Amino acid sequence: MSTPLLSIKGLTKAYPGVVANDNVSFDIGEGEVHALLGENGAGKSTLVKMIYGLVKPDSGSMTLRGAPYAPPEPRAARADGIAMVFQHFSLFDALNVAENIALGMENPPAMGDLAARIRAVSETYGLPLDPFRTVGDLSAGERQRVEIIRCLLQDPKLLIMDEPTSVLTPQEVEILFQTLQKLRSEGTSILYISHKLEEIRTLCDHATILRLGKNVGECTPRETSARDMAEMMVGTALKTPERSGREFGEIALDISGLSVPSPSEFGTSLKNVHMTVRKGEVLGIGGVAGNGQDELLAVLSGEILTAADAVKKDGQPVGRLGPVARRRLGLLTAPEERLGHAAAPNMSLTENALLTGSVREGLESNGFLKWAETQAFAERIIKEFDVRTPGPENAARSLSGGNLQKFVIGREVLQNPDVLVVNQPTWGVDASAAAAIRQALLDLAAKGTAVVCISQDLDELMEISDTFAALNEGRLSAPRTTVGLTVDEIGLMMGGAHGMEVAHV
Amino acid sequence: MIVLEKRPQPSRTWSMATPLVAVLATMICGGLLFAVLGKNPVEAIGTIFWEPLFGEYAFYYRPQLLVKGAPLVLIAIGLSLGFRAGIWNIGAEGQYIMGAIVGAGVGLAFYPMEAFYIFPLMVLAGAFGGWVWAMIPAFLKVRFGTNEILVSLMLVYVAEQFLASMSLGLLKNPEGFGFPGSRNLQSYASAHNAELIEGSGMHWGVVAAFVAVIFAYVLLNRHMTGFHIRLTGEAPRAARFAGVKPARLILFCLGMSGALAGLAGLFEVSGPSGQISIDFNVGYGFTAIIVAFLGRLHPVGILLAGGLMALTYIGGEIAQGSLGLPAAAIQVFQGMLLFFLLALDLLTNYRIRAARKEVA
Amino acid sequence: MDLSAINPVLLVASLMVAATPLLLAAIGELVVEKAGVLNLGVEGMMITGAICGFAISVETGSPWLGFIAAAIGGAILSLLFVLMTQVALANQVASGLALTLFGLGLSALMGQSYVGIKPPAMGRLDLPVLSDLPVVGPILFSHDPILYLGILLTGAVWWVLKYSRAGLILRAVGENHDAAHALGYKVIRIRVLAILFGGACAGLGGAYISLIRVPQWTEGMTAGVGWIALALVVFASWKPWRALLGAYLFGGVTVVQLNLQAAGVAIPVEYLAMSPYLITILVLVILSADKSGAPAALGRSFHASH
Repeated sequence: MSTPLLSIKGLTKAYPGVVANDNVSFDIGEGEVHALLGENGAGKSTLVKMIYGLVKPDSGSMTLRGAPYAPPEPRAARADGIAMVFQHFSLFDALNVAENIALGMENPPAMGDLAARIRAVSETYGLPLDPFRTVGDLSAGERQRVEIIRCLLQDPKLLIMDEPTSVLTPQEVEILFQTLQKLRSEGTSILYISHKLEEIRTLCDHATILRLGKNVGECTPRETSARDMAEMMVGTALKTPERSGREFGEIALDISGLSVPSPSEFGTSLKNVHMTVRKGEVLGIGGVAGNGQDELLAVLSGEILTAADAVKKDGQPVGRLGPVARRRLGLLTAPEERLGHAAAPNMSLTENALLTGSVREGLESNGFLKWAETQAFAERIIKEFDVRTPGPENAARSLSGGNLQKFVIGREVLQNPDVLVVNQPTWGVDASAAAAIRQALLDLAAKGTAVVCISQDLDELMEISDTFAALNEGRLSAPRTTVGLTVDEIGLMMGGAHGMEVAHV
Repeated sequence: MIVLEKRPQPSRTWSMATPLVAVLATMICGGLLFAVLGKNPVEAIGTIFWEPLFGEYAFYYRPQLLVKGAPLVLIAIGLSLGFRAGIWNIGAEGQYIMGAIVGAGVGLAFYPMEAFYIFPLMVLAGAFGGWVWAMIPAFLKVRFGTNEILVSLMLVYVAEQFLASMSLGLLKNPEGFGFPGSRNLQSYASAHNAELIEGSGMHWGVVAAFVAVIFAYVLLNRHMTGFHIRLTGEAPRAARFAGVKPARLILFCLGMSGALAGLAGLFEVSGPSGQISIDFNVGYGFTAIIVAFLGRLHPVGILLAGGLMALTYIGGEIAQGSLGLPAAAIQVFQGMLLFFLLALDLLTNYRIRAARKEVA
Repeated sequence: MDLSAINPVLLVASLMVAATPLLLAAIGELVVEKAGVLNLGVEGMMITGAICGFAISVETGSPWLGFIAAAIGGAILSLLFVLMTQVALANQVASGLALTLFGLGLSALMGQSYVGIKPPAMGRLDLPVLSDLPVVGPILFSHDPILYLGILLTGAVWWVLKYSRAGLILRAVGENHDAAHALGYKVIRIRVLAILFGGACAGLGGAYISLIRVPQWTEGMTAGVGWIALALVVFASWKPWRALLGAYLFGGVTVVQLNLQAAGVAIPVEYLAMSPYLITILVLVILSADKSGAPAALGRSFHASH
């Protein structure tokens, strides 16, 4: 066997209270697409940050084509031919495409020449881009192209991609895979990070599986079943949520002809959205990030006000009501961003319980707070949702993502909502917490609550929703019954390839 | 190599300890400064912190602590409400001036009538004057999104000019032989904010300061509005999600701090100062910013910080007289205190750890 | 009152003088804010520059050395702000206020023995031929070198921000410090340099007041110019040439009200003296709707965590 392109030996990195990577070793061959598979929190991101020079390992070593490799900073990694496409894009909204790309290069040519090279490379790989457009105005798929082209302009030997498909529609994934295959055929190695098993089986030559920071196995994805890989990744057999057949009641939530401009400069405005949710129904809303999910949640929570009858609960217009009044009526919401939106990071869990619980749980009288009752409510959430924390006096930020998410969802569920709207309820949450949250949503629906689940995880939506609709550029597709929907149909509801050209490979 | 490590949650111990450490650090650095100025540092620090409390003339200085501390506490309590919510009123000096002018104006309008209701009316007018002045930045911020820091500060300069105009014009003492400045309210019984107990320094402003401390404490810890203030400061988006109306909060916090600053101005002009004059204001509105931070924006902390700051004022004056320490040195000393406090605040949220020089 | 006593040529020429301290401070703060840092200590850095410049030029007899000292003084004071906000991660608003309060005290302390002294004058840079032109000559070509430096600096900052790689990186850091960090840029180092530059500019602006515009030393003589400079950055929506325009506008207001005071207009002096501050508020109100040029990361602390 020839020398591998990159060889990783015994990399270890510990943070206070957690060992992110524990003695991880594997090799990436020349021209190989290597998958790094693992759950959220398995240590994938830390590992690639060490390869890219953003984080320094506590111990262990790497060799690049046989020579010792220890990049002190990303600049050095790039100089050695390592490029990375980030999960949360490292882009600058207010700058244009060419400026963004220039920032990621060591010695960028003059702007004019750079624009020409961007055009040339983007044509070659079937990723058309206008170098002078402002990045903030681009769709998620186009933004990813900016990152990829930024990498390609430097002729990388190894391209690291961190969860690249989480922001793409199925059709856009198709285009991306063609680009990646073309790169492989030209001899570029790719380190592909994902927890989506089917993707890895389609694309990758080799896979390394991480669990809780340890390398727990390697396999050839094409020859391994998704089930076997999933078990290696999770470690235990997972309980899939149970759902009982149920009847839907009357319409609980009714949105009609809703159009609102986004409050933020680079946000997405909602355009003529219609939807109804019946009691006991779970409506799943899919779509690529940044297509109006945050705005839709804000419209339902009362953070954005609309025409009064654009939003109706049980036939009553609530479009002009603020969050407190809506909670009083039984319309509850849980936003995507846990720290800073759903919860205040530096405040205690008790105070965070008060944040949305004051009205329905009777935690105030005449404006005066009942701290004893509030603490009891927080303790109830912690107990019933198995939130791992020493107690309700601890700050929200001290909780792990999964535990805080359980707290945030539990806080709303325990208030017995008539309508519950959640955005990305299991984002960045470990598998067992995710399963618990999904089960809680299903149990709530079984009791007659109308549930709206906005998510970018299609598997999740297929698993729990009765009806499916997709957001695309602020428009909501007509809802369809989930049973019998194909991936292609879902992809088209999500906007297909968003007019992105297919790679000419 | 030293690295900062974020604590899982804010440290209560450090939150309490930082002001004390900051005071100590300021004493050391201040001592160095005084040494550079050619004064004996130990003697200077001793004079500032010891003389007013336990020195030979402490019987005279102790009441002064209340007189100087009350306006500082009163203003700082108001400011702290806004600061907690991320609303930066730094124009308290202007609101203080306007409270004094409007309050004194109402009192002087009744001159020479004597009636029990004159002083209460003046108190209301003082609060109103400060409130109106603070509502200007509040309204502009709510209506146009104008930066309240700059507007409230610009209004300090406007208020200072207005003060000059008033003491030379409308409110000028007609029997003052042409000297600028109003009639002395100390010699107008119905309008005089006299000492409640002779020789104690205790006047209505001191009472108001204590009431404000209790009010703020209850508000912040027991009331929804206080919770909303803290929530907005910690996480503005979460506050909006909880149902806080930012506009109402801005109007409340700025209005409240304006009214309290106005009250401080009124109690000062009708009591210790006695008259509206060109140099009536002495920077309490700015020093109160230091008091608010030194008290960690906590009502009880502010009470203690106000006392400490009053101590440095009085001690500074003594040192000025006995050691020839320049007045500006005390100002530098107070500024230093704020620096140390803000810098040491780091320890509340971060842990400092020595790390091995990482192998690159 | 006698409005004819106001000479329009002198008025415009003195307008440029009145605008220069504002311009210098605003250009410095503009660079700081473009890097994503809000330094409210401009007033403190200006007054420190004013006394440093004054003291050194009195001691050495050279206004040039004075200006250099002013820039260094401003930069040293801004180093305190660096320690607070970039090292100790303190709140930028509070730290800026602290800087101003401290600077006012420090300058008063340093300036005790300089009250009532006249500083050495800085010669005008009379450009041959050009300065002899009627009207245009005295307005444009007969000023001190620092005034021209202010204009040059504006142009230089504009060019660097728009066309150079350093400017691009600076803007990127101010826009999204996490992304800049992920690309391997030294966020803190870049911000520190920007803050020091801002301090030096504010120092120069302060010294311009004490050495050329007034010229003498009095406590608190900057009288809010630093704060107006902060407003000017908003007014300019973070664009250098608009800062120049704004500075001349404010300079104009100041000079006109001073001339009206001198001419004995029937408006009380105090109300005329209020006008620059009131106009600042008015301009802030009119322009506060437009935040398009504001750097997205303005005022947020950066700490590289995992």
